[in-house]
Amino acid sequence: MLEIKNLTVGYGAIPALHGISLSVKAGSIVTLIGANGAGKTTTLKAVSGLLKVQSGEILYEGRNIANLPTHQIVKLGLSHVPEGRMIFTNLTVLENLQLGAYLQQDRQIIRRELEHAFSLFPRLLEREKQIAGTLSGGEQQMLAIGRALMSRPKLLLLDEPSLGLAPLLVKTIFEKIVEINRERGLTILLVEQNANLALEISHFGYVLETGKVVLSGDSAALRQNPQVKSAYLGG
Amino acid sequence: MSEFIQQLINGLALGSILALIALGYTMVYGILRFINFAHGDIFMLGAFAGFYLAPKVATVLPTPSIGSGLAVMGISMAICAGLGIVIERLAYRPLRSRPKLTVLITAIGVSLFLEYTGQFVFGAAPKKFPEIIPVYPIMKLGGLSVTSNQIIVLAVTLILLLALRFIVLKTKIGMAMRALAFNPEAAALMGINTDVVISFTFGLGSALAAAAGILFAVNYPAIDPLMGILPGLKAFVAAVLGGIGNLPGAALGGVIIGVTETLVAGYISSTYRDAIAFGILILILLIKPSGLLGKKEIEKV
Repeated sequence: MLEIKNLTVGYGAIPALHGISLSVKAGSIVTLIGANGAGKTTTLKAVSGLLKVQSGEILYEGRNIANLPTHQIVKLGLSHVPEGRMIFTNLTVLENLQLGAYLQQDRQIIRRELEHAFSLFPRLLEREKQIAGTLSGGEQQMLAIGRALMSRPKLLLLDEPSLGLAPLLVKTIFEKIVEINRERGLTILLVEQNANLALEISHFGYVLETGKVVLSGDSAALRQNPQVKSAYLGG
Repeated sequence: MSEFIQQLINGLALGSILALIALGYTMVYGILRFINFAHGDIFMLGAFAGFYLAPKVATVLPTPSIGSGLAVMGISMAICAGLGIVIERLAYRPLRSRPKLTVLITAIGVSLFLEYTGQFVFGAAPKKFPEIIPVYPIMKLGGLSVTSNQIIVLAVTLILLLALRFIVLKTKIGMAMRALAFNPEAAALMGINTDVVISFTFGLGSALAAAAGILFAVNYPAIDPLMGILPGLKAFVAAVLGGIGNLPGAALGGVIIGVTETLVAGYISSTYRDAIAFGILILILLIKPSGLLGKKEIEKV
């Protein structure tokens, strides 16, 4: 479904990705793990058009989407939950969700997607009319995911959903991610610092180091890999 | 006392016009974080569009009448909206990723370009703005006299403010404007075409400036290509006073500047009329730089 070939991205003159290649099969959860600054977030931002691609291809359903404007990429069925969630904290929970369905004209579909989001995260329904800035970190993460689902994506990019959350909440969020993948058949590309959890719920994984893919394989195999164990799984 | 209220009414009329211009400054600032110094010149172009439109409209509609006044204002607003969009497209958009200072200097360049192209095309001598709205006899209420023009200014401003409020709070494009003002990256991730929203914002602000230009010309019927400079600067001060980026703030700031200016001119000396706005600017920058309704921006480290 997504095929990245030799992707090079930089911030100004400083390269952040040195020709990485990876692929995401439809229906799967694929994870990118690695230390800070390895290029995980950069990869997602390049895919959703927030960063300029210097060279290489990003094939989405066979079409090269590298350097397309972000709003067009969203239209193709790709949704990105960015690092730090980027909730509109000045708007209400409902308005945030409605913005997620910005491209959808059909009110009927918007209403159904709202119901979906609320059934996935009942907490959001309780807080519907509340200003999003007053939500807790966990609730904001639920809102960010719910908002991304409102556009009815085929591919979901998730950047550090566990960031800054208490362990119990992290567990809840990850259960939801699995649920979204299983029940809706949504393909997910997950970037995560918590390598343990990420490899537990994903099917396939890539290990990034300073802008290069250094290792890849089935998530179950990666968890047994001594290199991965010592560097990312704490023993 | 009645003289005071009289001054207040006069000030309110002037303040309404400043408020309409200030809204354009503050909307563009809210979305792009830069001051469009050419905005005052759109106000001037609005008046000139009205000047050239009035005779044409007079061939179709009885002039002066409320209908002809509205027609002239509506067409002038549409023309200036288009101009605002073209200016953004040609002058500002190519510089989107450049430092803000570059865009700011460009805006000053655009402003000078409009002013002196205006002198070249329209001539530097003031022109008499035609009568497009009928003038009714002055109404006497107690010791107060209210002109029909003042009532028109207040009514039109109020309607435009309500319309703007509706657009920003209740429509889809308004929601996109608010999202973009808050976080451009997140807005793009929602599928919002940010270029379209920016164009729309420039169009909207320019249309309001054009309406202000017409209202101004109806009240002070001598128009010239440099007429936008001072009201433009005062409206900018009004936007800063209210809290730049804040829409109700811009309207409030405009009214405060207009009323203060009229009161000072009436009670102290009209020599200081134009100094008032800038005195207020210095005060607000010293005491509350975020403006009356503005939120303090937290510098993230």
